[in-house]
Amino acid sequence: MNTTAIKELLYKMADDLLIIGHRNSEWTGLGPILEEDIAFSSMAQDKIGQSQALFQLLHELGEQEPDTVAFTRNAKQFHNAQFVELPNGDYDFSLMRHFLYDVADQLRFEMLANSSYEPLAKVARKIKGELKYHVFHANTWIVKLGSANEESKARMQNALNDAWNYALGLFEEGEYETILISEGVFTGEADLQHRWLEIITPTLTKATLTLPHENAWEPKFGGRLGIHTEYLDPLVDEMSEVFRVDPNAEW
Amino acid sequence: MITEQEIWQGLELVKDPEIPTLSMVDMGIITKVEVRGESSVFVEMTPTFTGCPAIKMMEGMVADRLKEMGIIHVEVVTTFDKPWDSNKLTERGLMCLKKHGLAPPVKHSGEVTMELLEHTECPFCGSKNTEMKSPFGPTLCRSMHYCNDCLQAFEGFKPVV
Repeated sequence: MNTTAIKELLYKMADDLLIIGHRNSEWTGLGPILEEDIAFSSMAQDKIGQSQALFQLLHELGEQEPDTVAFTRNAKQFHNAQFVELPNGDYDFSLMRHFLYDVADQLRFEMLANSSYEPLAKVARKIKGELKYHVFHANTWIVKLGSANEESKARMQNALNDAWNYALGLFEEGEYETILISEGVFTGEADLQHRWLEIITPTLTKATLTLPHENAWEPKFGGRLGIHTEYLDPLVDEMSEVFRVDPNAEW
Repeated sequence: MITEQEIWQGLELVKDPEIPTLSMVDMGIITKVEVRGESSVFVEMTPTFTGCPAIKMMEGMVADRLKEMGIIHVEVVTTFDKPWDSNKLTERGLMCLKKHGLAPPVKHSGEVTMELLEHTECPFCGSKNTEMKSPFGPTLCRSMHYCNDCLQAFEGFKPVV
């Protein structure tokens, strides 16, 4: 097994989960209704827990402790897609990102449940079931708001247009893509994107929303290489603020 | 020497910190017990949810209970080797949930769908004329529902594969 390739894969997944988890947690106390506040807070808890499980796998491959990795790196050392670091915006954007991201992640873990790298396959079998609930939640709101009234439809369509190219950035291939595929660790980003489109398209159609025209698809790549938007720096500062007060504290 | 069965019985006194009527054994999160010699026991656990914040605390509770039983060398580890799913709850576990006012998870056959959750049986009046309000609740393992017959909001324990 090519450990470097596996680490690259684990880092990008763990970072996606940690950063989107942090963004989700920003709705705690601010959700538009109580149930939604609880939903985003629960998803935050799930995602941060899932990222911890992946950081633990990295630790077993020789990387530092999960807390150290999560809270002592600077923005350039993160491998998350730019999509997950974007600010929450209005609730429409948060819901649309939640839908596009979670369908992709749920599929990713479903695919990884058959990974030849058994430690990852085990964790993936667990996580894929948990993410089902995130997808249920997202589907309900996308369909409900996409077809509720003129304003909600317009807002969801705008959110989709704004999110789209960033969402495509989730499928940025890494340096070790072909090795991961040939060793049976992961069937690859292109395969994932293909399956993702097959799943999201009928839901968006049901929500009477329209995908941006294919000519206008310009994936926002770079995140996997540490190239980020201006929004990641302040996020990382805030996320690690408490840890940095006393890195050796026992919690 | 203490037997494996005695350990399982002893662990029945360790309750879920969030649902005090339910033991960890009935919850199905203790996946292995091994007596490794005179006064040495190994226990394997697995969390209900990856992000469950109570798992460290539960490891400690299991270790404390074993020490109370006179075991000197106790090792408790958490793994995903045999991941938890809601079918692992024992019959007694399902009853305990209901007694606590939580709708027990429906048995699944490897797949969880929205439909499975839509008409969860009300733990108060037994009606299936209910609707799911949110797939999320006060803890990761619960969802929120409403009963159209007894007009009560209730929580359900989520079916998980």
